[in-house]
Amino acid sequence: MEWETVIGLEIHAQLNTVSKIFSGASTAYGAEPNTQACLVDLGYPGQLPVLNAEAVAKAVKFGLATGSKVARRSVFARKNYFYPDLPKGYQISQFELPIVETGKIEVVLEDGSIKVVGLTRAHLEEDAGKSLHEDFAGMTGIDLNRAGTPLLEIVSEPEMYNAREAVAYMKTIHTLVRYLDISDGNMQEGSFRCDANVSVRPKGSEKLGTRAEIKNLNSFRFVERAINFEVERQIDILESGGKVVQETRLYDSVKDETRSMRSKEEANDYRYFPDPDLLPVVLEESYIEDIGKTLPELPGQKRKRFIDEHGLSAYDAGVLTASRELGDYYEHVVGRLGGDPKLAANWVSGELAGALNKAGLDITESVVGPQALADMLGRVLDNTISGKIAKDVFEAMWNGEGTADEIIEARGLKQITDSSAIEAVIDQVMEANPGQLADYRSGKDRLFGFFVGQVMKATQGKANPAQVNDVLRKKLAG
Amino acid sequence: MSLTKREVENVAHLARLEITEGEIERVVENLSSIINFVDQLRGADTGDVLPMAHPLDMSQRLRTDEVSESDQRERFQVNTSAVEAGLYLVPKVIE
Repeated sequence: MEWETVIGLEIHAQLNTVSKIFSGASTAYGAEPNTQACLVDLGYPGQLPVLNAEAVAKAVKFGLATGSKVARRSVFARKNYFYPDLPKGYQISQFELPIVETGKIEVVLEDGSIKVVGLTRAHLEEDAGKSLHEDFAGMTGIDLNRAGTPLLEIVSEPEMYNAREAVAYMKTIHTLVRYLDISDGNMQEGSFRCDANVSVRPKGSEKLGTRAEIKNLNSFRFVERAINFEVERQIDILESGGKVVQETRLYDSVKDETRSMRSKEEANDYRYFPDPDLLPVVLEESYIEDIGKTLPELPGQKRKRFIDEHGLSAYDAGVLTASRELGDYYEHVVGRLGGDPKLAANWVSGELAGALNKAGLDITESVVGPQALADMLGRVLDNTISGKIAKDVFEAMWNGEGTADEIIEARGLKQITDSSAIEAVIDQVMEANPGQLADYRSGKDRLFGFFVGQVMKATQGKANPAQVNDVLRKKLAG
Repeated sequence: MSLTKREVENVAHLARLEITEGEIERVVENLSSIINFVDQLRGADTGDVLPMAHPLDMSQRLRTDEVSESDQRERFQVNTSAVEAGLYLVPKVIE
């Protein structure tokens, strides 16, 4: 039988506020355990939560950016379960009336096609603390610094049909939250993670199969692997006549498998009810409009503009809009260069990206700034250097040897465009290789490349390639 | 509507409440009568009424996003039974 996979994702994005969602404790990452856990976060009796305005604003931003319905009235609810890193015995979340409902996300797939994924909702909630299971003489250590950190839980419709689509969707949301500056998206620090709901059904069937929920996936690679493992597991069960059990599973990246988290099975009955400590959140029309005015150009809009106005390929446009900073860098280069966006795009996504990658740097930490790169590319456009030499110049710039002009001057890299000089070199090369010359003239066209190579070698790559081709063709013809 | 003994046991377990064999019948009876009051309310026509989320007819005040709490770990941890390296220690929980 042919099977179809159905995937829905619940993404948890930590909102980058400075204080917690319901208390004035700091959210800074990496502090000494429990030094940023105040009485509210610890769940002391009599402590009342007070909602952080910035967390609300960031959720609204997300809602507006995804064309979702931003609720004029939303309500916080208690999600009840017992776990040591949840001191109150409940998590404050939203249930029936979330702040954001029913939106859409355009996802660009690997082949460049666009898939629209529905957003069911996005709601505000508080994060739990952290449990550390090692090294405490049979005890578990609890750090509550993270408890109360604001989260936006973004829930998709079950509309993705393979692991790669799910990853593409997750990357799209990841890019979006960073564009909007509502989350730093740092996956190592757990600021951006997801749960995947995975089920399979016979191809053509309308009814969804029984799903398993894979918890706490904190890298794109793990999402893909965990889903692929889970799909095979479920198909194996169904093909051998068994039934998939609805349960929560954990992905083990070392063993590359998912396994049942039996202890949490019974906990799926959360007995939500409105939190009496918090009043309904009511948002005025003017408040929502004001936030709408602060939205930046969104990645999808930017991608479209790069394709339509800069003439870039869908692929290049996708690469250059992966982060707001990368897009800004590229546009800065184009602006200063005063044209040829394709050349700028090639360099930013090619040579520059390679150098950054090798050095483990972010675009904002680039050794070569956009102005310096643009000035160097200007020398390619005005034929001072060839594209090939430009790579050497770039490397020297990266190594701190100066500006493009200084390097070109110091190393004598100026392109030879004087046609009599080029002719002289070509004459020498022809004279030095009589055998090849005779072979070429008797029909071995492939030797043309050999002559080009020799001329380039003799000029240390400085001859203008187009001119070399022209003159060489004429001279070789005899 | 009447609750079953099983339902009451389940809710008690989820809430980590211990109800002894001797008490259970009385609890089932009491809870069932509360549920019955709620059932009476269901008879009212609330088609045009916004569900109440809070007894106060007000909306949530928001606070400015500022850090206002300082580290008081030492003082808070006086109240706990076991601490190591700044962590609260609890009986082992493992997935």
